[in-house]
Amino acid sequence: MTKTLTNLTLKIWRQDGPAGEGRFETHVIDAISDEASFLEMLDVLNERLITQGKEAVAFDHDCREGICGTCSLMINGQAHGPQRATTTCQLHMRTFKSNDTIVIEPWRASAFPIIKDLMVDRAAFDRIVEAGGYITAPTGGAPDANLIPIPKPVADAAMDSAACIGCGACVAACPNGAANLFTAAKVAHLNLLPQGQAERYRRAEAMVEMMDEQFGSCTNHGECSAACPKEISIDVIALMNKDYRAAKFKNRKELSRI
Amino acid sequence: MTMIDNRPATAANPKLASKVPDGVLADKWDNYKANAKLVNPNNKRKFKVIVVGTGLAGASAAATLAELGYQVDAFTFHDSPRRAHSIAAQGGINAAKNYKGDGDSIHRLFTDTIKGGDFRSREANVHRLAQVSVDIIDQMVAQGVPFAREYGGLLDNRSFGGAQVSRTFYARGQTGQQLLLGAYQQLARQIGLGGVRLFNRCELVDIVVVDGRAAGIVVRDLLTGEITSHAAHAVVLATGGYGNVFFLSTNAMNCNVTAAWRAHRKGAYFANPCYTQIHPTCIPQSDEFQSKLTLMSESLRNDGRVWVPKLAGDNRPAAQIPEEERDYYLERLYPSYGNLAPRDISSRAAKRLVDKGHGVGPLRNGVYLDFSAAINRLGRSVVEERYGNLFEMYERIAGENPYDVPMRIYPATHYTMGGLWVNYELETTIPGLYAAGEANFSDHGANRLGASALMQGLADGYFVLPYTIGNGLAPLLNKTIPGTDHPEFKAAEQAARDRFNGYLNVKGTRSPDWFHRELGKIIWDYCGMERSQAGLEKAIGEIPALYEEFKKDLRVTGTGEGVNQTLEKAGRVDDFFQLGMLMCKDALVREESCGGHFRVEHQTEEGEAQRDDENFCNVSAWEWTGNPSESNLHIEPLAFETAHLATRSYK
Repeated sequence: MTKTLTNLTLKIWRQDGPAGEGRFETHVIDAISDEASFLEMLDVLNERLITQGKEAVAFDHDCREGICGTCSLMINGQAHGPQRATTTCQLHMRTFKSNDTIVIEPWRASAFPIIKDLMVDRAAFDRIVEAGGYITAPTGGAPDANLIPIPKPVADAAMDSAACIGCGACVAACPNGAANLFTAAKVAHLNLLPQGQAERYRRAEAMVEMMDEQFGSCTNHGECSAACPKEISIDVIALMNKDYRAAKFKNRKELSRI
Repeated sequence: MTMIDNRPATAANPKLASKVPDGVLADKWDNYKANAKLVNPNNKRKFKVIVVGTGLAGASAAATLAELGYQVDAFTFHDSPRRAHSIAAQGGINAAKNYKGDGDSIHRLFTDTIKGGDFRSREANVHRLAQVSVDIIDQMVAQGVPFAREYGGLLDNRSFGGAQVSRTFYARGQTGQQLLLGAYQQLARQIGLGGVRLFNRCELVDIVVVDGRAAGIVVRDLLTGEITSHAAHAVVLATGGYGNVFFLSTNAMNCNVTAAWRAHRKGAYFANPCYTQIHPTCIPQSDEFQSKLTLMSESLRNDGRVWVPKLAGDNRPAAQIPEEERDYYLERLYPSYGNLAPRDISSRAAKRLVDKGHGVGPLRNGVYLDFSAAINRLGRSVVEERYGNLFEMYERIAGENPYDVPMRIYPATHYTMGGLWVNYELETTIPGLYAAGEANFSDHGANRLGASALMQGLADGYFVLPYTIGNGLAPLLNKTIPGTDHPEFKAAEQAARDRFNGYLNVKGTRSPDWFHRELGKIIWDYCGMERSQAGLEKAIGEIPALYEEFKKDLRVTGTGEGVNQTLEKAGRVDDFFQLGMLMCKDALVREESCGGHFRVEHQTEEGEAQRDDENFCNVSAWEWTGNPSESNLHIEPLAFETAHLATRSYK
């Protein structure tokens, strides 16, 4: 049954703009129901700030169902907070106790510059997908959907990777700020499927190189997978590395032309 | 209050010409395509098309138009096109593939959709939707959407409400996500190739009309607050529905009606705003500060059984209530469809029982959705395979494990069938302005069937607009269009700046969210699952009073420069107020019950919706007059040549 948490101290990162100097601001929540979600707790705070004539804390959020990938937040140093396989929007206050101090920061990665307060720019992810994270299949020419049977385990493995919501927790959790889990999840999704074979090696090479331009390097810490709200397995990185290595041979004719 | 109902049998409004092509129903779309004007591939690059919104309809339209060679500018208020709310659709997408050999066909999908919509949709549009449904599945598989498969490698299907065949394709409980990622990837490819210019974190704040034709849009950059104009030969609004007018709904927090509403204010008729869908299976509200409601996919009703205790006020935990003291009311009332009765019917049945005191849970505001029979029959692992992620989501939110305790569910606003009026070409009453997906009104009538929203979004974007926009643009070849220096653009920019400065300058005491919540309560109480004349008249009195207070007592902190989410919200709430007034008015003049619109005065003895086909077999299309309480009503009659008007029965 519903309980009320009392006396929560929030230390929230405030930053006026991309170039502004950041600072922690402390707010106390006197009482909140444990049925509230973490973001509803921030809603309550923002409503209070507005009533006091102060600016609300800016944070990204949208579906509040854990699927759109818009929400973020480092909560007590953990991407999406303490609960495993859970986005910030699905985190509920029952995870916390009365008198807790909660430190709330934006994603920390140089590839994700801060826009304001807790909001960051994740366009670097879109650029990786634009580089090759697709199957070229213009509208209209597709064969019948059942023409190519896909073994269930293959379809399931592709789906496991495709479940990535592009939130950026993997990058935020990585000590190197690497985006290998995000990139590899998309590479694995498409490279596992028969429809993805035609562009398999071009895709792997283009996506990895766009990733390397923008993000840090992977040194196999595994923090990404532990922080991933969709529990994407780190195995996908091995698959991506294998395809990237193969791509460097298979695409060498193209390379020699440069 | 008296409302002038000008539903005449007189001359039809020429703006409401449906442009349905000639021929028998099954040939109409082929006839249209055969006769549509074309734009030569080398000339397509001379045309600019603006697409607003990057959900299923917007992303698929933008990508396809760019593939064809048009210059496309795509706008989204999200940080990335992949965030659009299509992503949250769980259950599946319908298509008349008949892969199961269980008697499905294009005609059957058509009749199911017409009947599901309670005979309030346009036959020709619905038939075209059923026709192109099969192409959607082919297209999405080619793009790498990992639909569920059987062990032999072929595609799997499941059943959804309102159908007696298995025609729903799905990707676990994340079908919307996978379809949107497919469309997003195709869009991303075009962005990478330079075919589409993407403007992210930009919100539409006005439509510009010059000499009666859509000339472009005015947007506000959500990062800088800058207001800018964009001109084009055609504008597509794929900006979703308006369910957030209720404040609490299953829509994402940022879903809003602004784009459609601003178009309405510039001359686009708004059709059937009172057709809103209440989804029967959502997690009940738990507290006052709740910010949104979460849907549990309708697919759960394939294996879950809905029940309440027979005894009102029964306090025992579910497990202690013996079988004979449970009322499996959907199976009892609607034996042939059982737990898969359509959404409007299931929702009202739940409401009636909760209102009579049979509700379950701490606030007695839910009914059970019980999987114990399915777990016994199929084993836990099969249930986990089918619904695992939904069960986990439920547990995270409700704090209970649905493998052990039945889920508690209750209806919540989920989808809006009403929207911008469009003709067969998906063009609004403003020439050059198109509306696609949930933003238009065309295909679902008064009630949408499950797994049909994804189908319609992709049908519009992939397979309809690319033809109809070409037909509309061909005559404009080599003609100059108004540029962003045109006085109409400048005036719209200034009006937008004044509007947003206005919100900042009220300097009252209450946040936009406070007003939104209060507005939502009025709409839910009087224009929600059940509507009555007295209630609607009350709402029509209360909303303008609250709106006046909004204008006088709003407080938006911060400035107009840089990110200001409070200011964004103020603009959206303003438009919800105006829409809310029109919704109630529309519900009041539609003196019948149909689909999601249930007027208590119009029901059968058994409490089912009672249509009035003699007077209301038509579309209500509203024209803006400057005041939403005084909008003009225009009527598009609906003719049923193939489907037979019948009382909807799911018994």
